[in-house]
Amino acid sequence: MASSVTPPKSKAEPKVISRTSSDLDADYKWGFTIDIESEVIPKGLNEDVVRLISQKKGEPDWMLEWRLKAYRHWVKQDYREPTWANIQHPPIDYQDIIYYAAPGSKDDAPKSLDEVDPEILEAFDKLGIPLAERERLAGVAVDAVLDSVSVATTYQDMLEKAGIIFCPISEAIKNHPDLVKKYLGSVVPFADNFYAGLNSAVFSDGSFAYIPPGVRCPIELMTYFRINQADSGQFERTLIIADKGSYVSYLEGCTAPARKTNQLHAAVVELVALEDAEIKYSTLQNWFPGDKDGNGGVYNFVTKRGICKERNSKISWTQVETGSAITWKYPSVILKGDNSVGEFYSVALVNNFQQADTGTKMIHQGKNTKSTIVAKGISAGKGNATYRGLVKINSGAQGAKNFTQCDSLLIGDQCGAHTVPYIEVKNSSAQVEHEASTSKVSDDQLFYCQQRGISVEDAHYMIINGFCRDIFQELPFEFAMEAGQLLKVSLEGAVG
Amino acid sequence: MTSKNTPLLEIRGLCVSADDLEILKGVDFTVNTGEVHAIMGPNGSGKSTLVSVLAGKPEYTVTAGTVRYQGQNLLSLEPEMRARMGVFLAFQYPLELPGVRAWQFLKAAVDALRQHRGEEDMSARDFDRMLREKVKLVDIDPDLVKRAVNEGFSGGEKKRNEILQMAIMEPKLALLDETDSGLDIDALRIVSEGVNRLKNPANATVLVTHYQRILDYIAPDHVHVLLDGRIVQSGGPSLAMELEAKGYEWIREAVEASG
Repeated sequence: MASSVTPPKSKAEPKVISRTSSDLDADYKWGFTIDIESEVIPKGLNEDVVRLISQKKGEPDWMLEWRLKAYRHWVKQDYREPTWANIQHPPIDYQDIIYYAAPGSKDDAPKSLDEVDPEILEAFDKLGIPLAERERLAGVAVDAVLDSVSVATTYQDMLEKAGIIFCPISEAIKNHPDLVKKYLGSVVPFADNFYAGLNSAVFSDGSFAYIPPGVRCPIELMTYFRINQADSGQFERTLIIADKGSYVSYLEGCTAPARKTNQLHAAVVELVALEDAEIKYSTLQNWFPGDKDGNGGVYNFVTKRGICKERNSKISWTQVETGSAITWKYPSVILKGDNSVGEFYSVALVNNFQQADTGTKMIHQGKNTKSTIVAKGISAGKGNATYRGLVKINSGAQGAKNFTQCDSLLIGDQCGAHTVPYIEVKNSSAQVEHEASTSKVSDDQLFYCQQRGISVEDAHYMIINGFCRDIFQELPFEFAMEAGQLLKVSLEGAVG
Repeated sequence: MTSKNTPLLEIRGLCVSADDLEILKGVDFTVNTGEVHAIMGPNGSGKSTLVSVLAGKPEYTVTAGTVRYQGQNLLSLEPEMRARMGVFLAFQYPLELPGVRAWQFLKAAVDALRQHRGEEDMSARDFDRMLREKVKLVDIDPDLVKRAVNEGFSGGEKKRNEILQMAIMEPKLALLDETDSGLDIDALRIVSEGVNRLKNPANATVLVTHYQRILDYIAPDHVHVLLDGRIVQSGGPSLAMELEAKGYEWIREAVEASG
């Protein structure tokens, strides 16, 4: 491993982090499993399992205590999941899930790329995340999380020089306990909701990033998540702290093998932006959506929230959600600092039997806080997409402003699109705007494209991409290219 | 195959209906390369239906007749295939494609034509250059191609954008569906000049219009009058003048008297 890395120039190479190839087939092409030795613990959840996970990770006592508190709170809820979302699924048997799976039988996590199992590296190559080929990663530092364990993090040296900490959260717990203690659970407490509680008890890994004061992170940070182990859940935990006047752009990509059974993914992401800091968080979510008849697929029950803790801070969520059998996810921003800004840009696509209930919460507490919500839902096949959003202006949020736009695009006549906006305003100086539209790809639009020589299929993709343009513009260039490809793959069979 | 004597377009006994309503009731009509044809007629006579059917608009059903384009059965081809083979329709009401950048749309159109001819996609740079030339040729605001296709365009801008697309696709058979409607006199002149510049001995233009006005700018070789789904009279440019002076009722009476 080279010891010195020069900061790469940001090159506009669309292939950099692409997980797609030019020949796109109709099936979920990330559906392979990786044949590697894997260490798993028996199915089921009780206090001993929580202790075992903590022990496996070699955690300090305070961390174990934190987990146990979360577990005890969670278990009191007696498996009563939230039922308010517009989603349907058979009951989840929480005792039939593997809560910890780690590749390799070694107790020690790999310390450098050289120590990573070549089969894992090959698997990530297959996914288009060639950890070993650092040059191709031009400008993206990658933390790859396979099942429960972070397998490799690139660009460590360069980031360290800038004072940036970017590592698996399991390492941060050991090496940066003060930061973790201070912020873990500060935005999403374990009592926040059912899945957040579960995650707090059993999370096994995830990413941690800290950007010191005044530092503009020179490269995009990326975490790549993959569920490999059958019957396992993935409960990753991500914590990002942008100290005063810093900036970071963080990318997250996810895939899972095609399996007949449903897999549970219950992650928690917490973002903390201090004074004048900015965090841009982009997600391409492509967990296995289930097959054409609705069998299998990932239940993506995720709690993501950021706090603009101090003045002039900004948090921006951009998500492209194409995967998962069910998505339940509301990346939110608490606008505590005066003049802070929250943004949410989302494309959620459902096809076949997928369900998505997703949106955001913008909680305005500080003065002159501003939020923007642009949510685009695309429904095809028998898919059902719901936008659910809350804009809350507290009494102290003098001069707060929100703009919300929700657009739905329907493809075919068996899908559904729903919009459920909640607005609570307790300060009369607030300005809240809400726009919504529902449209179909019209036959006349298609004919217009055909009359210019463009096939029906390509015309669909073009119109759908146009519909998503406002969102794609918010993504880093490479991610935007990939997002377009993902939509295309996810819609195959639904158009043309 | 096309021989020297094969007409570019040959329509015989074409009958078309939509929603069980018969619109075209036996149209015969031949277009050779190098020619400009004007099809005139009152509202509801079937003018737009005729060009829409030629372009392959799905909502129409051909109940009888044949259409041969370069000797080939045009009606058996998908709309995109007709376009790739050189049939272009300038829409009466061009569609808006929200968020789809005109640049991307036009490039996709050009690449579809090139792929059909077995050529490689055009490089972005070459396309840029070509686009700039065409923008100049048809005298269009260059900013239009930076925007989304027809999104928020005025009626006149939409019509001009159609002519730009025509310039880029270089069709063999250009069908202009009431391109003059809704244009002020300056826009009409610009659009007409664009059409005239694109005219050459190897292509042909069929323009559908309600008014004689556009024919002051685009000189037709042949004028046809479509009435109740049939071409009731054909002639030279003077026929258009006569129609303008006497109105469609004159021709209706003349037809009924002879029929």
